[in-house]
Amino acid sequence: MAQLVTTTPGLYPLPEWAKDELSDLKGHQKEGLISGDEGEDVVAVYEDARGEAIDDQLTAELDRVVEGQLRWDDMLAHPLAVHDSVSTAGIVRYYDNNNFYRDPVVRGDLDFSGDVADELDAAAEHVDEGLQAVLPGPYTLADLATDEHYGDESDFLAAVGDFLAGEAKAFPEEVETLFLLEPSLLENPPGDGEDARASEAIDAVAAATDADVVAHTYWESHGGDEGLDEKVYAHLLDADIDAVGFDFVANHEDNAYVISEYGCTDDVALGVVDGQNTLVETPEEIAERVEWALANTPGTDFETVYATIDTPTFYLPSGKFEEKLSALGAVEREEVNI
Amino acid sequence: MSDNREQFRPEDHPNDHFLLTTVVGSYKKPKWLDRAFDLVEDEDANFGEAEFEEAKDDASRLITEEHERSGLDVVVDGEMRRKEMVEYFAHRIEGYEFNGRVKVWGHNYFDKPSVVDDVEYGEQWLVEEFEFTDEVASRPVKVPITGPYTLASWTFNEAYEDDAELAYALADLVNAEIEQLVEAGARYIQIDEPALATTPDDHAIVGECLERIVEDIPDDVRIGVHVCYGDYSRIYPEILDYPVDEIDLELTNGDYEQIDVFTEPEFTHDLALGVVDNHVAEVESVEEIKENIKEGFKVVPPEQLTISPDCGLKLLPREVAYRKMENMVQAAREIEAELDAGEIDVGRAAPASADD
Repeated sequence: MAQLVTTTPGLYPLPEWAKDELSDLKGHQKEGLISGDEGEDVVAVYEDARGEAIDDQLTAELDRVVEGQLRWDDMLAHPLAVHDSVSTAGIVRYYDNNNFYRDPVVRGDLDFSGDVADELDAAAEHVDEGLQAVLPGPYTLADLATDEHYGDESDFLAAVGDFLAGEAKAFPEEVETLFLLEPSLLENPPGDGEDARASEAIDAVAAATDADVVAHTYWESHGGDEGLDEKVYAHLLDADIDAVGFDFVANHEDNAYVISEYGCTDDVALGVVDGQNTLVETPEEIAERVEWALANTPGTDFETVYATIDTPTFYLPSGKFEEKLSALGAVEREEVNI
Repeated sequence: MSDNREQFRPEDHPNDHFLLTTVVGSYKKPKWLDRAFDLVEDEDANFGEAEFEEAKDDASRLITEEHERSGLDVVVDGEMRRKEMVEYFAHRIEGYEFNGRVKVWGHNYFDKPSVVDDVEYGEQWLVEEFEFTDEVASRPVKVPITGPYTLASWTFNEAYEDDAELAYALADLVNAEIEQLVEAGARYIQIDEPALATTPDDHAIVGECLERIVEDIPDDVRIGVHVCYGDYSRIYPEILDYPVDEIDLELTNGDYEQIDVFTEPEFTHDLALGVVDNHVAEVESVEEIKENIKEGFKVVPPEQLTISPDCGLKLLPREVAYRKMENMVQAAREIEAELDAGEIDVGRAAPASADD
């Protein structure tokens, strides 16, 4: 009998008051964005907002609680954007979204930063159990960045993997689960050889932590209505991770197919709440989607099934986001037929 | 494609050749108008709808006249009444609701609406804006209108099967709006579809939307479509099938790296070529702009070339935007004179090319 665990992949929207206060403090241009050495007044706003994000999850009774990554102005590129060996260049489009981030240009060795660990230390003070960390997966982070230092694609990917491993190693011991977000595995799938290296880099990060590691994929593959590429998936299963995450909102059939065809990890994460639409699912609909996914992946026998929002949630207005958290938290764990 | 370009040639046009000069649409709002947008939302302020309307009228008059002063052949009011290109329309269409701001980048937010029910035509969109501008202007007025694909893509779709279905439903509303604009005398409509650049595989959806939009619109009404900031090789030559007179493209920003995309197969529509960069505050010189205009001749002959900035000028300081327009017009007039004199020998502008 599998255990159902409700969670989210982080990158929350700022509460309305924090949107206003931070635009007043930081302005609207790229020069004002997070650099890693922000002043006290900015730090204080983020602390309050973080407390609120954690309270929202506790109130919703989610099983895993994330820090919220409210400081991540550059979305998944954040850990590089604040790194000393990286300078941020112009604003570039974030996948095919109507969102933009500062292009992080790597100009030196990616040594230890500790920026994300600091956030989690702060979050650990508010969370008794179920603390979850979120990082970009190494393939995704390398894909979002520009390398002007390592010079070779595979060296760069390995360096990003080692960097993220170092960050994960510094996480507080309270961290129970680590979500590695890997949308680039779909949006810009790795080719021959690169797919194996992407898996090795994920493996390096997973090896650095005692937390359960979920490599979470989302969106549809670029240029068509397809799920995760079969070859990429087969390589991903070579990594020593606890779960793969799938976006069952964007594409349930293809994802069910690859799981049935290639098997899966012992645990699985199912993206069953739409992180990019304001239509709020009911707890019953969420439970049905979980049941559908499990019924259509014969041959699997999962130990833990994470029911999650499929994508990060900064896409949503904060009110609708809170409603989605409540609906997810209200799923009757025992009554879901898994 | 009909030849509806000549109607925009000014009576006192100095040259035989005519490179139609215009703008994409949006323009920097005067600070006092931004303030008026804030004040009307503020219940404690003594600033009601009448004051707000007066402020918008004043700004529309001011910017229309600023456009005319720069010498443009076809003018716009700088979209002074529109806060944002999706929000403005969503407020006027039944079936939309607003739930709060979402991030675009950094601390720049957008009040992204949700479609929660079938979309229906609500209050008028642009007819009053057009009538006001047309009254103020002595030059012809172009009406930019956000296209249905962009209205659908930059919306949370809660009600329709997919974004294509929503886009088609919105296209029927855009068609109804354009019919009213034509009735009111509009002769130049530009459909803005920047969302196509983010999802180029959807070019056929945009094409189907445009078919619906132009249905029953008379041939003498000039219809353009504006696309910007994308990989054009992924939408060309498919966009030549679009039932429009003109395709308006941003190309200065990428230093015309993509111009060759449009040379094969032959560009059969009119090309509205971006010749000044709306994201750079430095004003391009007349000489520089003339070189940019010549890039257009690699794609179309002079009679198919319209001259325009890359995109809306709303992010530039007003005086910079004004000087860009002024230099752009002067550059076009100088190129026309050189064409008249047979001095231009580039691509499809070369005098012998017609006989090749």
